[in-house]
Amino acid sequence: MSTATSVLVQPLDRRGRRRPRRDWGNPWVYLIAVILISICIGPVLYIIIGGFRTNSQITADPSGWPDPWETGNYTDVLASGEFWTAMLNSTVVGLGTTVGAVVLGIMASYVIARYDFRAKGAMYALFAAGLMFPITVAITPLYLLIRNLGLVNNLGGLILPQIAFALPTTVIILVPFLRAIPKELEEAASIDGASRLGFFWRMVIPLSLPGVITTGILAFVGSWNGYMLPLFILSDADLFTLPLGVQNFSSQYSVDTARVLAYTSLSMLPALLFFSLFERRIVGGLTGAVKG
Amino acid sequence: MTGTQATPLAARPVGSAPSGAGARASAPGRRPRRADWRMRGEIALLAGPAIVVFVFFVILPVVMAAVYGFFRWKGFGFPDDFVGFGNYELILQDPTFRDALWHNAIVVVFSLLLQGPLAILFALLMNQKMRGRSLIRVLIFVPYVISEVVVGTGWALMLQDTGAINSLLAKIGLEAWQNSWIADPSVAMGTLMFILTWKYIGFAVILMLAGMQSIPEELYEAAAIDGAGFWKIQWSITLPLLGPTIRIWAFLSIIGALQLFDLVNIIWGQYVSATAGTSTMATYMYLNGHLAGNYGFGNAVAVVIFLISLVVALVYQRFVLRRDTDGALTGDSGRSRR
Repeated sequence: MSTATSVLVQPLDRRGRRRPRRDWGNPWVYLIAVILISICIGPVLYIIIGGFRTNSQITADPSGWPDPWETGNYTDVLASGEFWTAMLNSTVVGLGTTVGAVVLGIMASYVIARYDFRAKGAMYALFAAGLMFPITVAITPLYLLIRNLGLVNNLGGLILPQIAFALPTTVIILVPFLRAIPKELEEAASIDGASRLGFFWRMVIPLSLPGVITTGILAFVGSWNGYMLPLFILSDADLFTLPLGVQNFSSQYSVDTARVLAYTSLSMLPALLFFSLFERRIVGGLTGAVKG
Repeated sequence: MTGTQATPLAARPVGSAPSGAGARASAPGRRPRRADWRMRGEIALLAGPAIVVFVFFVILPVVMAAVYGFFRWKGFGFPDDFVGFGNYELILQDPTFRDALWHNAIVVVFSLLLQGPLAILFALLMNQKMRGRSLIRVLIFVPYVISEVVVGTGWALMLQDTGAINSLLAKIGLEAWQNSWIADPSVAMGTLMFILTWKYIGFAVILMLAGMQSIPEELYEAAAIDGAGFWKIQWSITLPLLGPTIRIWAFLSIIGALQLFDLVNIIWGQYVSATAGTSTMATYMYLNGHLAGNYGFGNAVAVVIFLISLVVALVYQRFVLRRDTDGALTGDSGRSRR
């Protein structure tokens, strides 16, 4: 996997390359690293472990260890339809966003990377400008627009704007990828009778697969964690995605801290799992997007 | 994994993209017109859908906001109560908006001052030879990957008056440090800055680390031969060469801080944020525009946020990013401009 990922990540994952050895008090490096890591991970572990306690345990000692470990909170949440509905909604929205952003993104990137026409620079600048303005500035009018389309309380009303907002990152990452495909390949394909579109389907898409996967993952994680758009668009609890589900659950059961902790940790597990599987791609995609 | 299909062909990094498009350009230009129209058709077919979706859901709303912002309008029917700049006057005269703007400014400044130096130090640390480096890199990135709602809910529970943080402080004999972390206006902004730093520093560290690893090794070797110490080397080699990375990161951080909404809304809720002193322009917009149903006013707030972000972005590009304008944010490698 490391060979594939080094494609986009550039220096970060270039294996086998090390800094010159410097003698620097090694134990200190480890000590600081351990402190750093516990600050980063501690709160996450608190949420997960807290879900194994009971409310009376938490009230008696908010920062204590489970004693005994209770699995009741987790099984309760897993048995509730509420959790699975939110999980399903998040999955549908995430997949829809990912497919849409990747398909539209690669088509547009191909044009920007490999066609020559006057408006090309403007087209790239249009998408690049989108990077600068996250959803916050557009959300109020966007809500009205979606309401006029009749897509409020509809997962489609979430997917379409999310595709649009995922396009800048997708295009920025994919354009250099597609540009790097040697033109000799294209010439060879055209000698063999392939049109430019045929070249696109048969050569470009397979060759840019690593970039496609990276952008797909970024779009999926962005959608999975999205909060502001669902907050405006969805008011029907049956359509809530996981972030809204967590918020709803935590206000509904505000006295039942243990159960809220269990719900919260279950909702972050898919993202954590996903991240640990694709860590290099996510990290590489982000640094790639920023370094352009 | 499917990703292993990556061939060396596609494995070129960004910078090495051949200007193949340019070379090919002359050929279709000389062809008869039919081919020209065919190419235009292909462009429209391939790029059309993305542009339509993007313009419709990203650009159009901003334009709509500019129009709606001039009306007093509850969001139903056609806006007809034209009030000119009335909404804008209301916004700029509203002390709660000015508070929110001030809070955004604090977040911008302290995000840079806290996360920047810390991220560079952590990246330096992780750039040292040590075992388990890749594991550390994964772990430091975890807070960035989990959603704002999970982070917000978790921290809100821990920071309650009867939460884990106060209890932990009591256990280690620091009762005096116990605080009402969320509600007390004198510490709430500090709490917010701490959570923001915790959540977003992983991103900064990863960027800085990537920047550091692209610095040529020879420079370090040369400096070491010249007898420079570790900190001296970092100060005079790493830091200057990290400049472009730092400037891009700072840009993203500033824009993000101006748009801050999620964590504040989740932890402080719609009403507490104003009294605790953590409200932002975006929470102000949500409360006074969306929840209050005043869409003319809410859209005017959106325009104000947009303009502030735009001015900041342009000023930053003009004066700070100028040196490395070939970045992602300035167009097609500058080719379209020059």
